[in-house]
Formats: sequence, C-alpha cells, structure tokens
Amino acid sequence: MKAFTRCEGPAAMLLHDNIDTDQIIRIERIAQLKRGQFAPWAFENQRYLAGGSENPDFILNKEPYRHALILIGGDNFGCGSSREMAVWALEEFGIRAIIAPSYGDIFFSNCLQNGLLPITLPREQVQRLADAALLAEVFNVDLGACTITTPSLGDIRFDIHPAHREALLLGQDAVAQTLAVKSQIDEFQERDKVARPWVYMTE
Amino acid sequence: MANTLFDKVWNAHEIALLPSGASLLHVDRHLMHELTGVEAIKVLDRRHIPVRNPDLTFATFDHVSSTRPGRLAGDAQWSTDMINTLREQVRDKGIRLFDMHSGRQGIVHVIGPELGLTLPGLSIVCGDSHTCTHGAFGAIAWGIGSSELVHVLATQTIRQRRPKTMRIFFDGIAGAGITGKDLILHLIGVLGASAGTGYAIEYAGPAIRALGMEARMTLCNLSIELGAKIGMVAPDDITFDYVRGREFAPKAAVLEQAIAYWKTLPSGADATFDKEVHIDISRIKPQVTWGTSPEHVVAIDGVVPDPNREPDPTLRHGLIKALEYMRLTPGQRIDEVKVDRVFIGSCTNSRISDLRAAAALVKGRHVASGVTAWVVPGSSQVKHQAEREGLNRQFLDAGFEWREPGCSMCVGANGDMVPPGQRCVSTSNRNFVGRQGPGAMTHLASPEVAAASAILGKIASPDMLEHQR
Repeated sequence: MKAFTRCEGPAAMLLHDNIDTDQIIRIERIAQLKRGQFAPWAFENQRYLAGGSENPDFILNKEPYRHALILIGGDNFGCGSSREMAVWALEEFGIRAIIAPSYGDIFFSNCLQNGLLPITLPREQVQRLADAALLAEVFNVDLGACTITTPSLGDIRFDIHPAHREALLLGQDAVAQTLAVKSQIDEFQERDKVARPWVYMTE
Repeated sequence: MANTLFDKVWNAHEIALLPSGASLLHVDRHLMHELTGVEAIKVLDRRHIPVRNPDLTFATFDHVSSTRPGRLAGDAQWSTDMINTLREQVRDKGIRLFDMHSGRQGIVHVIGPELGLTLPGLSIVCGDSHTCTHGAFGAIAWGIGSSELVHVLATQTIRQRRPKTMRIFFDGIAGAGITGKDLILHLIGVLGASAGTGYAIEYAGPAIRALGMEARMTLCNLSIELGAKIGMVAPDDITFDYVRGREFAPKAAVLEQAIAYWKTLPSGADATFDKEVHIDISRIKPQVTWGTSPEHVVAIDGVVPDPNREPDPTLRHGLIKALEYMRLTPGQRIDEVKVDRVFIGSCTNSRISDLRAAAALVKGRHVASGVTAWVVPGSSQVKHQAEREGLNRQFLDAGFEWREPGCSMCVGANGDMVPPGQRCVSTSNRNFVGRQGPGAMTHLASPEVAAASAILGKIASPDMLEHQR
C-alpha cells in the first residue's frame, strides 16, 4: 500500500451531503475499465456536459481546483456502494486527502487501503477550510503532526485513530502482515472446527 | 461485557486483537461475484499467493450477467469475457461456482440464504455493500472493497475495528399491508442516511419478531442506506425453520448442535448498546422515496417537501438539487406522479414472497399504457418456484416482462438501464443520481407499491388499485 506523510496543494470544495460512490465513478466505468484508467471518469456526470465537453461550472474543471490534491466534502462522503474504484478514481485524478464531517464506513476503509487520507473534522471546521479553499489558498496536510495548515487559518489539528495513522504513514501491506501470523489462523480454525463444525461442512 | 448479539458473534470470530487496536476476524463465508472477484484473483496470481480456503468462498454471476430469456453470459463482449474469466479462475482455484444453468445462480444475497450458506452466527463478507442482508439471520455480514477482498482470499480473515453498537426498537405493530420495505424506508426517512455510520445495528421489537425471513432480509438489506455496514436481527424459531433442510445447511445431529448454539446468541436482557433508538411504526403508511437519497422518503399519500422549510443552508441546497433532478415541485402529491418504468427485482425485493405479493395485485389487470414493467427474479430457484406457482403467467398476462435472474436495473452494470429522463418505481435500494442510468429518476418502494404503480401508471398504493375497481 502507498504511504501518506504529507501533501501540499490546492483544495476543492464539494460540500453537498451524501456524495455517493456512484457519483464518484459510474458502474459502466468500473465494469469496463481497469485500474489506471479511471481519472477521466471521476465525477463524470458533473464534470462533462451532455455533448462530452467539460462543464465550466464544475469545481474540478476550474483553476486551480483542477489540480486539487485535497477534496473538501459534506456529511456522509462516499456513502453507498462498496466499489473501491471510487477511491482509485479520486487517487488517479490526483486527490491525496479528503476532509469531511463524516464518511461512508466502507469508503473510509477503502481509503486506508490505498494511502488516501480521510480526515474527519466538525462541520464548522470543514466550512472554514472550504472558505479558505474558495480563496484558492494552498493547503498543507501533515499526517505526522496531524495538522492542516493554510495561510489564513494557520494550523488546524485533526484526530485520526493511531492504527490508521500508523498504517498510512508506513504504507503497510496488510496481506503480508496477516500471512506472517498464519499459525494463529491455523490454530483458530483447528479449535473452531470442533466448536462450530457446521461452518466448515460445505461439501 | 456488552452481551449483545453483535458482540457475541464478533467475539466468536476474533483470532487476535492486533497492536493497532483492530481485530483480526475469521471469515466463515466469502461470497464472490464477477464484478469484483475477477480482478481480486488476478491480484493474487500476480503476487503468487494461493487462495487459503477455497471451500469457504462461493461464486456466482449477478452484476454483469444478462437477464434476457435464454442468456448464456453477458449481453456484450466485455461482460461475457468477464464471466468466462471467472469461470476459468474458479476452476483453477477450486472455488465452488453456481453457474448460469446450475439451477442455483442468482444475486449473491438471494442465493446465500436459499442455499443454506447463510447461517446464524456466521461472519460473511462480499465485495458488495448489500452484504448486510445476511444479518437477517443473526450473522455479522458486511460489504468490503477490492483490497479487503484480496486479503480475505489470501488469509480467510479480515482486519476490522469493532464498530459501536446501536439497537433500533420498533414500537407498536404496523397496520395491514405494511411491508419490511416500508419499515426500513420509514426508519431511514426519520433518522437520515448517515445515522448508522460507525455502528452495527440490531433491529428489535415485536414488529421485527413478526416478520418472516424474507422481510427481515429486506430490512437488513437497507442498513447500508442508513449508513451502517452491519444490520442484524436475532435468530429465533422462524430463522431455524427457514434454515432447516437447505442444501448447505447442517443436518441431523449437527443441526441440533448448531441450533443449541444459535439459541445462545440473542442479546441478553442486561445487554448494553452504545446507542438505543425507538421508532413508532403503528401508524405508518406505505413509503416511497421522492428524491436522490434513501432518506428522501414520504408516505404514499404525502407531498414532496418544500426546501424553504429547511433552516440549514447545506441541507436546503441538497433538497433543491434533488427536486431539480427528480423534476418535482414542492407540495406536489407523490401519488399523482406519472411513471414510465417499473422494476421489481434486486437483492432487496426479488424473493418469492415479493413476487407473490406483486403478482396477486397485477392478476387480471394490465400495465398502464406507456409503462414498461419488468420482473427480474432474484435467483433461478425463485424463478422456478414462481413458474411452478404460475406467477410468471400472471405477470406476463398483465404486460410485464419476465426475465432471468441478476442485479439488472438496480445498478445497470449489465446494461439494463432506465433511459435518460424516464421515471422508475423500483423495488431496489438506491435512488442516487444516475443509479439506474444517466438521467434516470428512481422512486424506491415495496413490490406492492411497484405493482400498483405499474397498473395505474403513476405512483400508487395497493389501496388505490382496489378503489379503481
């Protein structure tokens, strides 16, 4: 997994509540494209007009936001479908961190699997950051210090679970880590086959 | 000790508490489908990692498979290729596949229960957010992403932080004709689409105990639309009766041993939850969504809300955007809204009880002119049972299309979509912008409301259908 330590750049605001993963990447793209091909299709319904040209009113088509590294979202960001391609699409577009009052649970987990930093802050703080983003301020996100810094707001601290912080900072490979404790899984299954035999009777 | 159903099931799967504070949980059942399964196996192959327990993964086709009568795979080359790739992969890995003509293919969340793969007290994951459906059996079941899917195939475990617990107690007994879909839509309308975020939910109360297994599945299916990736109902005799005799369910003495264990799972009288919610359902009407979030719910005799009455500017903006997309005006009666399409199907409402309820309403009637109405059974077993009962004839005679099992128009992955600008009453689970196709407008409702709407050509309750005669 990719590590996250810090990033510095523009932040774009998409402040509607309940931005679902269907909006971030459509089902046809998931079904027919591969990882590495999603960037042009992130938020496609809003990003393009009916004829296929860019929608000039959409934030991610405007300067400097088309180069955004940070996305500022509303409540329940990434709700809905478990499609990890929503995270891949954002990542391929260039997004490294998201700031929102809350996230869909599955989307949040998927962010952590891909080195995309999901920052949770109270709504008022998110609004203040959105105001700074509107002025095209440069954001500096530092996971080591757990701070977001902008010229007008100074340092804003955020909380993140220590386990998530460590995993992101180190870019740990969960599969390799779990395979390293294989004997514990073996032992669990041996015990469990006695306690709950029906779980394993799948022939 | 919390002594909740959730904690008991979680604890039975905890292999280790990791230094990070997350748990390493055993996965008892992994359900796999073509849309996310194919790539996960390719990742494993690239890393030269074997599938640890192929006997605990079960695969089928649902997302991109065709639903046309006589189909063999997909409707396009890419979808057929994806299906054929999974066929090769499962053969190579020794994973059991329920293929198109096995008589057991269908939507993962429909076939898991009907094959007896879904059991009380299990941990079940799948690369699909509606995996919460299986919580109806008192299992912990949730949707995972592609990376977690690789982890499950490689290790038969998953790393998870223990969520908080919430019990939602349904007070009162619902009136006649109120379905599991109405209960859960009403709940989401009252609490909001993010109320369950971070929680594992247990649904409780006499109204829940009175529901059959299929209605409990519908209820738990929409937990994710409440924000909770896990939603559960405690197992009881209704659960055990459902499980008994199913293909992969334990039999004879092992079944009795299992039932004795399952009876220890319900939350104790002293159980404590991080949050408790009560909701009165004694007066609710059939429910239908008007907007673009499952929380945009009204009673069938209600009106489209007025954003100007919403004081919070962000929420007001959201309501205005939803009204624009749905081409509705504040104060408009929802039961006067004309529809172009009706879709009866999806992992929410495509089981035999759903089809029986809808068929009973359309029998001897005809779909309104200009309305295209589909029934997509959730599985081959559901389809064959319906055909044995003659339900397919009732639908066909009424002007519905009768199709092959799959996810179909709930998500449109296979190309089954609502055309742009058309309005669909759907028994599925998401009314998101563009969910059923770009520019498509979705109203979520029960199979009964969908059937009545197809006949009357507008959003309608079964009562309105009766009065029509």
